[in-house]
Amino acid sequence: MEIDGRTPIIEVRHVSKYFGTVVALEDVSVSVHPGEVVCLLGDNGAGKSTLIKVMSGVFPPDAGQLFVDGVEVHFRFAHDARQRGIATVYQDLAVMPLMSVSRNFFLGSEITTGWGWGPLRQFDRKAADRIARTELLKMGIDLRDTSQLAGTLSGGERQSLAIARAIYFGARVVILDEPTSALGIKEAAVVLRYIVQAKARGLGVVLITHNPSHAYPVGDHFTILDRGHSLGTYAKNDLQPVRLLGMMSGGAELEELTHELQQLARSLGVASASSE
Amino acid sequence: MLGTFVVWALFAAWSGSRGFLTIAGTANYLQIAAQLGIIGSVAALLIISGEFDLSMGSMIGATGMILALSIAHFNQPVWVGLLAAFGFALAVGFINGYLVVRTGLPSFIITLAGFFGLRGLALAMARLLTGTTVVGSLDSHIAGDPVAMLFTASVDGFAVVIVWWALVAAICHIVLMRSQFGNWIFGCGGSATAARNLGVPVERVKIILFMSTAAVACLLACIQVLGVGSADANRGVQKEFEAIITAVIGGTLLSGGYGTVIGTIFGALTLAITQQGLFFAAVDAEWYRVSLAVILLSAVLLNQYVRLRAARTRL
Repeated sequence: MEIDGRTPIIEVRHVSKYFGTVVALEDVSVSVHPGEVVCLLGDNGAGKSTLIKVMSGVFPPDAGQLFVDGVEVHFRFAHDARQRGIATVYQDLAVMPLMSVSRNFFLGSEITTGWGWGPLRQFDRKAADRIARTELLKMGIDLRDTSQLAGTLSGGERQSLAIARAIYFGARVVILDEPTSALGIKEAAVVLRYIVQAKARGLGVVLITHNPSHAYPVGDHFTILDRGHSLGTYAKNDLQPVRLLGMMSGGAELEELTHELQQLARSLGVASASSE
Repeated sequence: MLGTFVVWALFAAWSGSRGFLTIAGTANYLQIAAQLGIIGSVAALLIISGEFDLSMGSMIGATGMILALSIAHFNQPVWVGLLAAFGFALAVGFINGYLVVRTGLPSFIITLAGFFGLRGLALAMARLLTGTTVVGSLDSHIAGDPVAMLFTASVDGFAVVIVWWALVAAICHIVLMRSQFGNWIFGCGGSATAARNLGVPVERVKIILFMSTAAVACLLACIQVLGVGSADANRGVQKEFEAIITAVIGGTLLSGGYGTVIGTIFGALTLAITQQGLFFAAVDAEWYRVSLAVILLSAVLLNQYVRLRAARTRL
């Protein structure tokens, strides 16, 4: 799908994925354009993780197609996706607390000097320290010493480290798996600010979250998944926050639950406990 | 590190007058430290990557026996025996690593098989071919062999094993701290899944490290067998644990992701000084194990404390 004649950086068309008899994804389509934030919303088990794993090359889809810059691709490893500029930042797992900030920054893509051979090439620690420091500074994190352990960073700073790393290594689309779920309100705000910054720099962002109040302020498009099926993709203008909340939590089910809780409260002799 | 000096000073005061401080005494504990350090340095890298190799001690027995049998029983030159021993070690190391990364089972269990299997193999092989589990009288074959000299030479009582230790430790240190591979080792131990997602070839790293622990176990076996002139299938008993203890006393975390080779050097020295210091103090050898327990426990507790402080999360 093209918007204003622009080609999306990455697009998945009619993708399905099955694990044995379990339908993880069925006929789902999503596209991400430069400077666009696409939010994937849905309850646990809705297929959000499966979808981003397909997009980031962790496993191939059983049916459907992937396109990068309008050209069909077949990712065999996460490495393939990364080479095409699709980077994924996983929740919690992104940063090693017992490694230094700069070692973390370059893990898996170490900057090396000319010395040595193969994987025994010399890791250029000075350059790593310098680059990590400037890249984090761009995200507004000022570290005196990037050889300090990443475990000393706050949760939001760690997420930002992972995002900064992805962008530095040429990501054009950053896929963020629940970046705010483990964070307090202030820390989450820090991460959301970086998402807006990344968008302003022309990157595509895929944001996965449970929390509509985090998704709504930064998102341009919202794709809602439910048990492997897409309930549709909505532009921000077409969607009210309240409706978003309703759709995410399975609308009707939530009403039912509210009703049930009210009944329970009444039977226990508590006046309207669930609504106040 | 401080602990090493404390232990050394303690024994210098206690048993210094009984030979601990002499050159021979120093050469003695350096030699013991070197043996521990050779296997400990590589064990440290493996532990940092998040795995264990419990088959190291049995590997010493098995590869030593292969070397001795090929020299004494099959009348092969020393270099053929070395080739056979190292070839066997690398193959078993590869199998260990391959099984661990393929099955995802704890390396503790996989290498426990090697722990029993290799020991049994060494004993059975020796008994089958020679009728005994100690293969001796290698001296006539070794004498004058230039290749054997690499493992048996000594200067003023300081054995060549100390040079091997320096070599192995230096390589391990440079690889861990300075190379791309070193960063991968830390990454594997920090979180294998995250490292894999970032493009680290986790499987390859671990297999190579398992092959390395097997290779240094073999190196130590060759030094012992050629140095003593005989092989005992029961050699290297408990060495796998001493290798792990050496690394842990040196500050390496048992849970992986953190550690140094420099620390392991001091770990090896601490153990060796304790062992020799007790010997010179004419204390029963059993007390060595008790002090080992005390040192190990205090090191682990200290590591845990440091780790909690370093990785204190501020979510």
